[in-house]
Amino acid sequence: MQTFPKIRRFETLSYLPPLSDEQIMRQVQYILDKGYIPGVEFSEESEPTQHYWTLWKLPLFNAKSTSDVLNEVRSCRSDYSNCFIRVVGFDNIKQCQVLSFIVHKPNQR
Amino acid sequence: MSYTQTQTQAKSGYQAGVQDYRLTYYTPDYTPKDTDLLAAFRMTPQPGVPPEEAAAAVAAESSTGTWTTVWTDLLTDLDRYKGRCYHIEPVAGEDNQYFCFIAYPLDLFEEGSVTNMLTSLVGNVFGFKALRALRLEDLRIPVAYLKTFQGPPHGITVERDKLNKYGRPLLGCTIKPKLGLSAKNYGRAVYECLRGGLDFTKDDENINSQPFMRWRDRFLFVQEAIEKAQAETGEIKGHYLNVTAPTNEQMMERAEFAKEIGTPIIMHDFLTGGFTANTSLSKWCQANGVLLHIHRAMHAVIDRQKNHGIHFRVLAKCLRMSGGDHLHSGTVVGKLEGEKGITMGFVDLMRENYIEEDRSRGIFFTQDWASMPGVMPVASGGIHVWHMPALVEIFGDDSCLQFGGGTLGHPWGSAPGAAANRVALEACIQARNEGRNLMREGGDILREAGKWSPELAVALELWKEIKFEFEAMDTL
Repeated sequence: MQTFPKIRRFETLSYLPPLSDEQIMRQVQYILDKGYIPGVEFSEESEPTQHYWTLWKLPLFNAKSTSDVLNEVRSCRSDYSNCFIRVVGFDNIKQCQVLSFIVHKPNQR
Repeated sequence: MSYTQTQTQAKSGYQAGVQDYRLTYYTPDYTPKDTDLLAAFRMTPQPGVPPEEAAAAVAAESSTGTWTTVWTDLLTDLDRYKGRCYHIEPVAGEDNQYFCFIAYPLDLFEEGSVTNMLTSLVGNVFGFKALRALRLEDLRIPVAYLKTFQGPPHGITVERDKLNKYGRPLLGCTIKPKLGLSAKNYGRAVYECLRGGLDFTKDDENINSQPFMRWRDRFLFVQEAIEKAQAETGEIKGHYLNVTAPTNEQMMERAEFAKEIGTPIIMHDFLTGGFTANTSLSKWCQANGVLLHIHRAMHAVIDRQKNHGIHFRVLAKCLRMSGGDHLHSGTVVGKLEGEKGITMGFVDLMRENYIEEDRSRGIFFTQDWASMPGVMPVASGGIHVWHMPALVEIFGDDSCLQFGGGTLGHPWGSAPGAAANRVALEACIQARNEGRNLMREGGDILREAGKWSPELAVALELWKEIKFEFEAMDTL
């Protein structure tokens, strides 16, 4: 028997081991296949009641491939390695955000 | 367009007496108007009663008619108010059962009142002597009438934004035992479930305010549990605080207190509480930013018999109109294939905006919800980690999956039980998004995750793997 450890979480996919870049690309492919608009956002803090993180550039309206998105994640990581970073997806038909998953925690690597 | 296309019999003065209903209420040439409310009934006439007469009686008794002619009929414009049976068809494979379709003019119903609508449609007519049995199968609510209802206080999209939870079903758990826990022990169970990774816990429906745990004590201890779990995990947490009460005033008092202590979601039983209470609470929830979870105690009394009562898809539509952000809708898994189609039919009616007629799924009418927010279906009861792949596949992201025994029954306790479910869910979401087939590979996906999650490994060991009928799944 074990006591479940107290660990801070970051919503969807944060109960899995940290995603590798390869795994991030496969999730991004799902966003693109669904016709959603990917985006990257970052924040110094991860308070659950704080709905807005800072947008990295604009939503990636012109992203054609997973590497387009992964390159933005990498640039964001190098500029804001002290921040939390997540990839999000917007659906402009349902007119709302539909996806979000954590891809970086402060000084993770 | 006027209703003159079915001119009632020429007015030749008042003739007292009993007249066949079909002369007035059976109008097979009538084309329903866009503003008509349409109903499909499954009707079993008494032996010897012709289907046209029985169907016309249903139309009459659920609208303007009574058993004998009355002189005051002549002071009204019957064509403007009468229900019309416009189509009858025998039910395949049944002896003496018919689907009858009835159109009701919009003016029959009070704006924004599910209570009034149901009182008309399923009132006296269900006890009518000429019928052996009667079941309301489906309704088409005209857009003109829908626009007089608020509907769900928030709906799926707003709920997700408030909770900051995207791209996966929500996870819940009903706290057990149903009755007898003290408020402090109850709050502890809530805290353990939430800190382990559930989004919500739930009051059981019959937890209201009993001697062993008064509502105010429960609300305060539970709220402390929510806040502690939220602070530790960094995720938004909630517990469906049941405000179902003996009187409207007490219900509202409990709701006000829940809001005062900052809880995100409350709960109501819409059938035992009643539609008037539910609609009031739903409007209050929208005005006060509190999410509303709806339980459905008593539904099986109404919807279980195939030939009599009201199908659940009608109750679900009524709830969407009256208002609720979540509604229990069955789990599908482990049941028959046909039930899956029918369940997903009414799940679509709860959460989609436009649903096409599809008789194979029990949907008798195309329904346009005119942008009314959707209700999140809740799958609860008898499910555990091995069901997760099928649940994700069947219900998709916009659902709430509730594992009661499947959380609290974990050998290491509730937090590990919750974590096992959360890991199983996220492993399934990750795999689905990567293009893997959950129905075929679900078992492998769970076993892979169990290699690095000891909590999941123990759960997989305790409960039995579910075997799916792959071929049957594909044929639907």
